[in-house]
Amino acid sequence: MSNAATFDTRTDSAIPVEPPLAYSYRRSGAPAAGPESRVILRERALLGHLVLRGGAIVLDEAVREVLGLNLPGEPQGLVQDERGERSIQWLSPDEWLVIVPGGEEFELETRLRERLGDAHYAISDVSGGQTLLELSGEAARELLMKTVIYDVHPSHFPVGRGVTTVFAKATTILRRPSEERWELVVRRSFADYCYRWLLDAGEEYAIGVVR
Amino acid sequence: MFYIYCPYCGEHREEEEFHPKGQAHIERPKEPEACSDEEWGDYLFFRDNPRGVHHELWVHAVGCRKFFNVTRHTVTYEILETYKMGEQPSITADSQNQVAAASRQEGVRA
Ligand SMILES: [Zn+2]
Repeated sequence: MSNAATFDTRTDSAIPVEPPLAYSYRRSGAPAAGPESRVILRERALLGHLVLRGGAIVLDEAVREVLGLNLPGEPQGLVQDERGERSIQWLSPDEWLVIVPGGEEFELETRLRERLGDAHYAISDVSGGQTLLELSGEAARELLMKTVIYDVHPSHFPVGRGVTTVFAKATTILRRPSEERWELVVRRSFADYCYRWLLDAGEEYAIGVVR
Repeated sequence: MFYIYCPYCGEHREEEEFHPKGQAHIERPKEPEACSDEEWGDYLFFRDNPRGVHHELWVHAVGCRKFFNVTRHTVTYEILETYKMGEQPSITADSQNQVAAASRQEGVRA
């Protein structure tokens, strides 16, 4: 176990917790999804996000043992468990993003630290700093085409790929966990901006928000 | 608009994801105390401004956030190669001049 000081960022006290988009729902509304909606937007709020940094070989062993997933070694790789609840994404040659169900992150961090011992690595809990927006529906890709600068054509962006790129001049992580779903990991401070952009860009597809 | 190959991401990405960071291969003097004012001033303030092949430092700012090197032609803007930190360029002003000289030779013979 390393001697890094860690603490669980989730409090035991009963403090009301609101998802990053709570303010946006109140201020900008949330159009209901209907049969005419060709894009569906849904926030996967308050998940556990960890950033792992270090050498691929050292981290791979620990992640496989603790999380049961292989560390994606290839650039733009995205690996997830069978139910799609836990995922690891390549961010750079020595950096990966792990997303797990909310509440699991501190235990995961602790177990990884125990496993990694004195190895040269870093783990940062960034759960409070970002949020995940999920897009589905047959026009989701069309919406992305006018929003991100990355080529999202299926021949260039197959399932199991994730990139960090520019989303309407903001930075975002864009991932494709399955054929019909796209995920955006955006900064919490940019969440309202991204949400309003998506509502505006999705208007022509009768975008619906699932809360 | 450039379409730049990031040697760490292993693919071409839009220029909007990158920032140029000036001349590449600038080495900080190992012993600053032992430098003359002129040497230290050269290191801090003076940069090459060639007409032709130039080596630059770029960062994939929105992406993997790694720094890497770009060999670029300052007249045509053409990017001739990109390579990782710590590596040396395979295309230089000298190598380009040799290619040009060789093709002139070819022309003479033909
Ligand atoms: Zn890159």
